[in-house]
Amino acid sequence: MENHYFVDSDKLSEAALKKKHMLETYPSSRTNHMEYMEGMERIKSDIMDKVITEMKNYDYSQYTARDVNAALNHDTCTVEDFKALLSPAAEPFLERMAQKAKLETQKHFGNTVYLFTPLYIANYCENYCVYCGFNCYNDIKRMKLNMEQIEHEMKVIADSGMEEILILTGESRAQSSVEYIGEACKLARKYFRMVGVEVYPLNTDEYKYLHECGVDYVTVFQETYDSDRYEQLHLMGHKRVWPYRFEAQERALMGGMRGIACSALLGLSDFRKDALASALHVYYLQRKYPQAEISLSCPRLRPIINNDEINPLDVHEKQLCQILCAYRIFLPFCGITVSSRESETFRNGIVKIAATKVSAGVSTGIGDHESKYTGKESEAAEGDEQFEINDRRSFDKMYKDMSSEGLQPVLNDYLYV
Amino acid sequence: MKDDKLVIGGHEFSSRFILGSGKYSLSLIEAAVKYAGAEIITLAVRRTNSKDHENILDYIPKGVTLLPNTSGARNADEAVRIARLARELGCGDFVKIEIMRDTKYLLPDNQETVRATEILAKEGFVVMPYMYPDLNTARDLVNAGAASVMPLASPIGSNKGLATKDFIQILIDEIDLPIIVDAGIGRPSQACEAMEMGAAAVMSNTALATAGDLPAMAEAFKQAIEAGRKAYLAGLGRVLTRGAAPSDTLTGFLHD
Repeated sequence: MENHYFVDSDKLSEAALKKKHMLETYPSSRTNHMEYMEGMERIKSDIMDKVITEMKNYDYSQYTARDVNAALNHDTCTVEDFKALLSPAAEPFLERMAQKAKLETQKHFGNTVYLFTPLYIANYCENYCVYCGFNCYNDIKRMKLNMEQIEHEMKVIADSGMEEILILTGESRAQSSVEYIGEACKLARKYFRMVGVEVYPLNTDEYKYLHECGVDYVTVFQETYDSDRYEQLHLMGHKRVWPYRFEAQERALMGGMRGIACSALLGLSDFRKDALASALHVYYLQRKYPQAEISLSCPRLRPIINNDEINPLDVHEKQLCQILCAYRIFLPFCGITVSSRESETFRNGIVKIAATKVSAGVSTGIGDHESKYTGKESEAAEGDEQFEINDRRSFDKMYKDMSSEGLQPVLNDYLYV
Repeated sequence: MKDDKLVIGGHEFSSRFILGSGKYSLSLIEAAVKYAGAEIITLAVRRTNSKDHENILDYIPKGVTLLPNTSGARNADEAVRIARLARELGCGDFVKIEIMRDTKYLLPDNQETVRATEILAKEGFVVMPYMYPDLNTARDLVNAGAASVMPLASPIGSNKGLATKDFIQILIDEIDLPIIVDAGIGRPSQACEAMEMGAAAVMSNTALATAGDLPAMAEAFKQAIEAGRKAYLAGLGRVLTRGAAPSDTLTGFLHD
C-alpha cells in the first residue's frame, strides 16, 4: 500500500503512536472488517451479493469501441452497455456520451439545477481512516457545536437564501449521539425546507427517529466497494465494518426516509470498478424500493490538513466526466450531485451535461460560516476542515452563475408530508 | 369553433393547451403562456413552497388558471395533504393529482389516485387526476367525482408520443368527462393527432423545455392543437385500410 497516507503527530502519546504503527503495519492487529460489531443491525438483503459479484466479474479491458458504439445506439442502457461506457474503450467517445447524457438529463430534469449547502456540526471521530482529515490520529482542532451555536450557523446560512441543508458530523457516536443529531435536525426544520444527513451509519429504528425529527434524505459514502482495499484504509473503529455500511441506505429506506444517496470516494481504489458498483448499488436499490428518490455523488480524493499529498491519482476530470455521463445514460432518473471538491469550470460544464445538484457557500470546517460568509472575525472557536474544497463560490454567486449558464436554480422541490 | 369551449368542473376555457412549468427557466414562463395561448398552467406545490427567492407564482401572468399538482406524493394521503396546502397557499380549487411510487418511470398509481380523487372531490376541489389509461379506473374516477381524466400518452419526459393511443381512444369513446392527454407528447404532430382522436385538451412540459426555441415551439403546439380540434369537429374522412374502394359491392344481390 502507498504510505503517503500515513502522517504521525508529535502530540500522540507513545502508546497511541505504537498502536497506530501496529495497525498500519500488521493486518493481524486489525479486527475483521466483514464482521458486524455488537449493536449493529443485520437485515435480509441480496443487494450486496449482486453488486459485488458484478463488480468482481467486471473486466473493463474486454470492452471495445464496437461495444461502446452499440451502447450509445441503444434506447435503453443495459448493465452490459453501462459497463462498456465505463471502460477505457469509451474514452474516445466522450463527446458523444456527453451529448446523449445531456438529452437524458433534459428529459428528466429539464434545465433545472438544485442548490444546497452542507453544515458540519462536529468533527470528532473514533475511526482511523488514513485518507480523512477527521481521522482520530490527525492533529486538528476538534469541535462540537452546541444547539445555540448550531442555530446561529443555520441562521447565517438561511439568511444567504439557501433552503436545503445537509447536516454532517465526524463518525463518533460518543461525541455526536443520535439524539444530538436529531436535535440539530429539529432546529434545521425551522430554517430550511429540506433536511438531509450525512452521518455514521445507523440502525433502522434510529433512522426512523431522525425521520421524525424532520430528516428525509440520507447520504452514506461507501468510500470503496472493494472490501479488501477498504480494509487497508479503514484501520480502526466502527467504520471499519464494511457490510454494515453497505446496507445503510436500505436501513434508511426501511426507516421511512424518502431518499438516499450513494457513492464511492473515487481514487481510493480501481475507480472504474467503484463507479460500476456505486451505480449498481443505486440500480438494485431502485428495483427493490421503487418509490425511493435516489442520487449519486462522485467525490474525488482531496488534500487534507497535515497531508497535502492526497489526491485522486488517475481519476482526472476526463475520467470523472466519463463516469458521470455513463451514470446519466444508465440511470436517467437519478439525481447526480457534484460537490465543491471540483473546480468552478468543471461544475459549470458538468451541470449542462449530467449533474443536477451542486453545493454552494461551502465550508467543511466547524462553526465558521459567519467568518466565511461575512469576513467577520469569529469570537467563538472554530474546528478544522475535513478536506480542502476547490470551488468557493457563495450562494449568490452560484445562483447567478447557474442562471447565466441558462439553467434554472431550484432551492427547494420538496415537502415534508 | 367560436363556441367550442373546454369545460372543466363548470369552468370554461377557450384554449385546449395546458402548460407545464417545472422544467424550464422561470423567466420563460410568460413568453410560453403568451405564445401557447394557454389559460391553464400547472405547477408543483412542492416547488411553490419556496421562500422569497424567485417564487414561481410571481412569474405566472394574471388571469391564467393555476393547476397545482401533487407531485412528490407517494400515496393518496400525501396527495390530499399537498392539495390542501395548495389551497392554503392561494392556488385556488383546481388540483391535478399525481401519485407515483416509482421514481424511475414516474408512472401513476391508479388505485391511490381514485382514493385521493374521492376525498378531494368531496372537499370541493376541481380534481384532475393523472392516470394510466385504464377504462375501469377511468370509470372509478368518474364515480369518485373527477372533473376530467388525464391519461398518459407515454412515460413523462420521454417525448415518445401516443404509445397508449388505442387505450386513450377507448377512454374518449366511453367516458363523458373531458379526456386530457398528459405526459409523453413530444411533438406538435402528436398533440394534433390526440386532438383529432377527440381528446379535449393536451398538456405538455418537456417538449417545450427541450426545444431549441421555447416560445416558437409553444406557438407550434398551439396551432397543432387548434388544427387537431378543428379536424375532429369537422369529422375526419374515412381511411381505407387496403386498396381502393370496390365498384361492385358484395351486397348488390340483395333485392328486398
